[in-house]
Amino acid sequence: MAIPMRLRAGLLSFLILATFLFAWHIAVSGRSDVAKLDPEYAKLVGATVTQGKSAMPGPIDVGRKLWQLVSDPFYDRGTNDKGIGIQLGYSIGRVALGFGLAAAVAIPLGFLIGMSPLMSAALNPFIQVLKPISPLAWMPLALYTIKDSTISAIFVIFICSLWPMLINTAFGVATVRKDWLNVAKTLEMSPGRTAWRVILPAAAPTILTGMRISIGIAWLVIVAAEMLVGGTGIGYFVWNEWNNLSITNVINSILLIGLVGMVLDQLLAQLQHAVAYAD
Amino acid sequence: MTTNFISVQGLARRFPDPTGSGETTVFDNVWFDVAEGEFFCVVGHSGCGKSTILNILAGLDHPSAGTIIAGGVHVDGPSLDRAVIFQGHALMPWLTALQNVQLAVTSRHPNWTKAQVRDHAMKFLALVHLDHAADKKPSQLSGGMKQRVGIARALSIEPKILLMDEPFSALDALTRGSLQDEVLEMRARTKQTTFMITHDVDEAMLLADKILLMTNGPNARVAEIVENTLPKSRARTDLHKHANYYPLRNHLIDFLVTRSAVMARDDAADYDPKNPPIVRPTHAVAAVGPRLFSGGAAGANETPTDLKPGDQVHAPTLSTKQPAA
Repeated sequence: MAIPMRLRAGLLSFLILATFLFAWHIAVSGRSDVAKLDPEYAKLVGATVTQGKSAMPGPIDVGRKLWQLVSDPFYDRGTNDKGIGIQLGYSIGRVALGFGLAAAVAIPLGFLIGMSPLMSAALNPFIQVLKPISPLAWMPLALYTIKDSTISAIFVIFICSLWPMLINTAFGVATVRKDWLNVAKTLEMSPGRTAWRVILPAAAPTILTGMRISIGIAWLVIVAAEMLVGGTGIGYFVWNEWNNLSITNVINSILLIGLVGMVLDQLLAQLQHAVAYAD
Repeated sequence: MTTNFISVQGLARRFPDPTGSGETTVFDNVWFDVAEGEFFCVVGHSGCGKSTILNILAGLDHPSAGTIIAGGVHVDGPSLDRAVIFQGHALMPWLTALQNVQLAVTSRHPNWTKAQVRDHAMKFLALVHLDHAADKKPSQLSGGMKQRVGIARALSIEPKILLMDEPFSALDALTRGSLQDEVLEMRARTKQTTFMITHDVDEAMLLADKILLMTNGPNARVAEIVENTLPKSRARTDLHKHANYYPLRNHLIDFLVTRSAVMARDDAADYDPKNPPIVRPTHAVAAVGPRLFSGGAAGANETPTDLKPGDQVHAPTLSTKQPAA
């Protein structure tokens, strides 16, 4: 067949989506024949009982609500009523701050560990113990010491973004080809210039891999962190909508969290592509 | 001799055993000199430490004993005066061919403008006939082209001494041949003092003025220094027609096949490590230096019997170093 692979894959994706939406629609829609009931009573007990309609919203309800959310994303009508764009903006801002701070610490520290076997051996036990700690376990300690819920959330993002970047940078720096370092030595390049012109570009793909893992984890953790600290952010929004029993909005939030996470990952994938080299 | 020469004095390199109990001596008490403008080649089997000698000379490794003086300076680390052409090109894959050379040029001339650096780098890419591929990444270049960029990079810093560590061993025979021609051509122009490691006897015969033979390691040492008795202006195409070709080649092959192992075992009584024997194999006379090793030394330097009729036979070139035998 002459249809290109990409187009075929796209068609198949569309087909899977359509099937899923259709199945969803069928599963939640009730019987059309309304039982002969007293309208007053029927209204009282709700559609679930009278029509067998699921309490779960269908794809059409969700879609309608989604359109509502994204068509006016930036309104602000008080603490518990802000546009979805504002909520997502808060979350992205926290992730960017925490992740940025983590990169600022992890990459230089990773360089140090990667270049010095002594530092590597000395710091390794700390990294091994700190790395598997769930970032949310830091939350009480952060709240107690920092005494600010927003900064605590950023700290939690910082601590969970740190390890993949640190470990990958150290690994990337430690495994730079000996030949390239020898070239730098025979050219009498200064340590700073060697780090900048040889080690950094050589290790960049590995460092970017670490950054991609980190941003993924950060985006996973921010939702949970915001559910805990409350106030603003997409995590708080989800929890708030759950308290409002608005399953439609919960579903929409889930969808948007996924989309934003994908965009964040793709941004770093672009960067990774830019620093990649074929050997 | 002028100041630009290499003097290797009592060099030794020992590595700790994997068990940690003792040390392995790769080579010991190595002495030799390289004159300015000379093309000096080291031939020996794997494990005789020839690459280690080059690394020490480059300043990338340190000797366990002994010193090297290069260009009047004690070698104690890498220097821009000693450029290395690495076995596996060692180009930075994220830089283009031009940028790879520019990296070296800016190291040599940190104060140059961008245009100056670029012009200089382009000049040396043109020297190895790669100016058309300046903007290609190494992954887009063939093995021979990559090695030529490596050569351009080494030459671009205009070093006093050029060090080559089996530069063509990873290339196919045809590419190797054309690169050897280019090195010959370049050498004719620059007259750079060159130190090369190889295990290819033909390569050594084509390029080198002197060939240092090392016995098998561990505990390797200089067996002898063979002077190339082929005329200075040599070309790959007619090298084998010269009368001295087979005596020289037989001598070298014979060394690699049998004598390198025999000499590693048996120490000659009159062997002086500071003055290793100098040999000049020619077609006429078994020209042997002050050296009387056991183990088939005699057979190597005889008048060749494998000269074919019609082969050009030159007048005997007697060695000046021939002893009163």
